[in-house]
Amino acid sequence: MSERLDASHHPSDATLLAYAAGQLSEGLSLVVATHLAWCAGCRESVDVAEVAGGVLLSQGSSAECGEALLAKTLQVLERRSAMSAVSEAKPAAGSPAVPELDLPEPLRGYIERLGRRSWGRLGPGIEQITLMRRTANGGTVRLLRVRPGMQLPRHGHGGVELALVLDGAYRDEIGRFARGDLADLDQETTHQPRADEREGCVCLIATEGRLRFDRRLLRLLQPVLGI
Amino acid sequence: MQEGMSAPPARNSGLDEFLSVRELMTVHLVAVGKRRDREAFAALFRFFAPRLKSYFLRLGTPSRQAEDLVQETMLRIWDRAALYDPTRAQASTWVFTIARNLRLDALRGERHPEPESEEVIAAIPDQSDSADMLLESLQREDRVRAAMAELPREQIEILELSFFEDLAHGEIARRLNLPLGTVKSRIRRALQRLRGTME
Repeated sequence: MSERLDASHHPSDATLLAYAAGQLSEGLSLVVATHLAWCAGCRESVDVAEVAGGVLLSQGSSAECGEALLAKTLQVLERRSAMSAVSEAKPAAGSPAVPELDLPEPLRGYIERLGRRSWGRLGPGIEQITLMRRTANGGTVRLLRVRPGMQLPRHGHGGVELALVLDGAYRDEIGRFARGDLADLDQETTHQPRADEREGCVCLIATEGRLRFDRRLLRLLQPVLGI
Repeated sequence: MQEGMSAPPARNSGLDEFLSVRELMTVHLVAVGKRRDREAFAALFRFFAPRLKSYFLRLGTPSRQAEDLVQETMLRIWDRAALYDPTRAQASTWVFTIARNLRLDALRGERHPEPESEEVIAAIPDQSDSADMLLESLQREDRVRAAMAELPREQIEILELSFFEDLAHGEIARRLNLPLGTVKSRIRRALQRLRGTME
């Protein structure tokens, strides 16, 4: 079993429900699921939402589904050799891209499947590794590493952004975010995060829609920086 | 609502007289997992397939593809039934998560990342009394079901829009002509009530 963290910032219930219902993009779900690996309270909310999904499914309406489909499905079963449960390859321990971090599943598997990557420079004191580029809704998922004391430019969010602290900490207008804390940001929030003076900060960030920077130069450079 | 209508005859026992349809489905699912029982599979199919088809249709899947997804879901149930653990979730919850994940895969080519895979959970040696845990899991789901029956209509409506119409809270707010904050607080209250049943 993985480590438990006593996080002080969590996804909203609306986000947890959306995760359970399967509405979030894979990138946003990855951030939520990684927080869930650390947070028993949020896992309980997701569990209960999934039970609700099962209740709605089993009590919900039925659509005509003839015996023919059952016969067809049984035929497929006959055709296939009696196979046992499909099992996914288990990833080996350790993550090549960020060996200094102790990461839980599912994030660890995503990073391992990516293979060896090195941190790319995004700006002064800011480095990134892209995990998923251009998800279905135009979002991205990245790891961001920010040097101690470094302040990010003030920005808002064109869509949803979920940011999970993996290591170190940062502080912004909302509060202090340390390992396991998740910032659930929407269109209404603008913020200017500053990495912890001693430890710096490593975050997992998924966005849907583009960030909105206050400074024009940054907006012009967005396509170049890929943010 | 329609519970019981398509209850399949249980083989070699009068089990169905004592169990609710949902409990019976859990029994069937275990039978598929442990014994590759085709009759139990057919019983699961007759109960879940029409509901799954409705689920996929309501989420905007074209009719033909909805049937393909139903078949795929049922085959996935067959393949993974050996990993199913009735002390963790009842059949309807487990089937729902499989259908949800398959739909994301089929429609968006995306996965649904989860904190721990069933393979990992299955590998953990079970030290507790599983009869107790099974009972607890059944009761937990009964309590959630009972709490859902008592949720105000406006909260159930939002749960249904989330699960069956694939509407994010922003879209729900637009559809119902409500402020986003109202939708979010209804979701919060609904989940709070349901979480309260877990204690």
